[in-house]
Amino acid sequence: MNGAHDLGGMEGFGPVVPEPVHIPFHSTWERRVLANTLACMAMGVWNIDAMRASREKLPPAEYLTSSYFEIWFKGLVSRLVAEGLVSRAEVESGISQGPGRPVPSVLTAERVLPALAAGAQYTREPDRPARFAAGAPVRTRQMNPSHHTRLPRYARGKAGVIEAVRGFFVFADANAQGIGPQPQWLYTVRFDGRELWGSESDPTLSVTIEAWESYLEPPI
Amino acid sequence: MSGDHEHGHDHDEGSSLSEMELRVRALETVLVEKGYVDPAALDLIIESYETRIGPRNGARVVAKAWLEPDYMDFLRRDASAAIATLGYGGRQGETMVALENTDSVHNVVVCTLCSCYPWPVLGLPPAWYKSAAYRSRVVSDPRAVLADFGVTLPADKKIRVWDSTAEVRYLVIPQRPAGTEAWDLAALAALVTRDSMIGTGLVTVPGGAA
Repeated sequence: MNGAHDLGGMEGFGPVVPEPVHIPFHSTWERRVLANTLACMAMGVWNIDAMRASREKLPPAEYLTSSYFEIWFKGLVSRLVAEGLVSRAEVESGISQGPGRPVPSVLTAERVLPALAAGAQYTREPDRPARFAAGAPVRTRQMNPSHHTRLPRYARGKAGVIEAVRGFFVFADANAQGIGPQPQWLYTVRFDGRELWGSESDPTLSVTIEAWESYLEPPI
Repeated sequence: MSGDHEHGHDHDEGSSLSEMELRVRALETVLVEKGYVDPAALDLIIESYETRIGPRNGARVVAKAWLEPDYMDFLRRDASAAIATLGYGGRQGETMVALENTDSVHNVVVCTLCSCYPWPVLGLPPAWYKSAAYRSRVVSDPRAVLADFGVTLPADKKIRVWDSTAEVRYLVIPQRPAGTEAWDLAALAALVTRDSMIGTGLVTVPGGAA
């Protein structure tokens, strides 16, 4: 989906404001948004790609004027409502109007540290050989899917080179739509800066993305 | 994203932030009442990312890589396994790749589409990493973004920007500063900044030559 989240190459946002000290949260509510987001994902009702898709569906003007934890909060609420786990009225009032729906899992305190340490498994056993090898020239497809995708607009229809074959990974585009993991080979693809931004751009620049195999085709 | 900057680093004083505090509290109350989340679990998640999982972890990885060529080789071959030997791994760091800065190459990491970041070694990302200003520009004009951080690189140095568009997470291994040849792991780790492991900073010796 060509949403406001796909920011690479846009201009006009002003300088980056550094913050040398590590400050994970700037207010109490940010702490609670992070914790509730992770705990709700642990229910097993939706996956990480679906969570990202919910954030990206915010209207562009709202996305760009929300802080990042506000985007997380809005994405979480819309997902919970879409799944029928809460109603908008409940979220707005803070008053639950009935018992919860049965969910596959509830993250209890004793499971938090093991769950964070274990992470999630995004790799799968390959069921076919990789189509491209490191060093191979490739071209990214030109595409504008209405669903979640991880091929940024700035890197569509561009010539690059396979930098590395990363493995056989759950395909984000499919996983976000709830139509199964549909794993594919995943590659790191390197582009010369001038291929992405034109002949005037920094000649010392190259940019890599990770691309699933179906994002790629042989060079023309 | 502008909110990250406009609200600065104050706490909940502005009216919009107070409103967020109320809205998030209302949601949490409903989630707890319905039995979807356990309040004790929420507190533990927060405590983990405030006290245990942060950039000091990555700094130890870098210092060890500087001191032990075998460990640097291990990082090049299988960064996830090498990092796991120090006890770091898990959520948002399942597939790690180490990027080595050299005299001729400087690496910078971004996630233009959201905020992908190697949590086990760097903790939660700083606000600027998630900002539109960083995500939009670092892929097209990284030297201008580095200038915002006070970093100037030689004009002929190659800049490699890594956009984290899947579940691979990158840790930059910055160059070890001169004059630290006799330093031990703890002293070296104390030098390593979070920004140097993202690629928006260089490691320098305070009061010494860069």
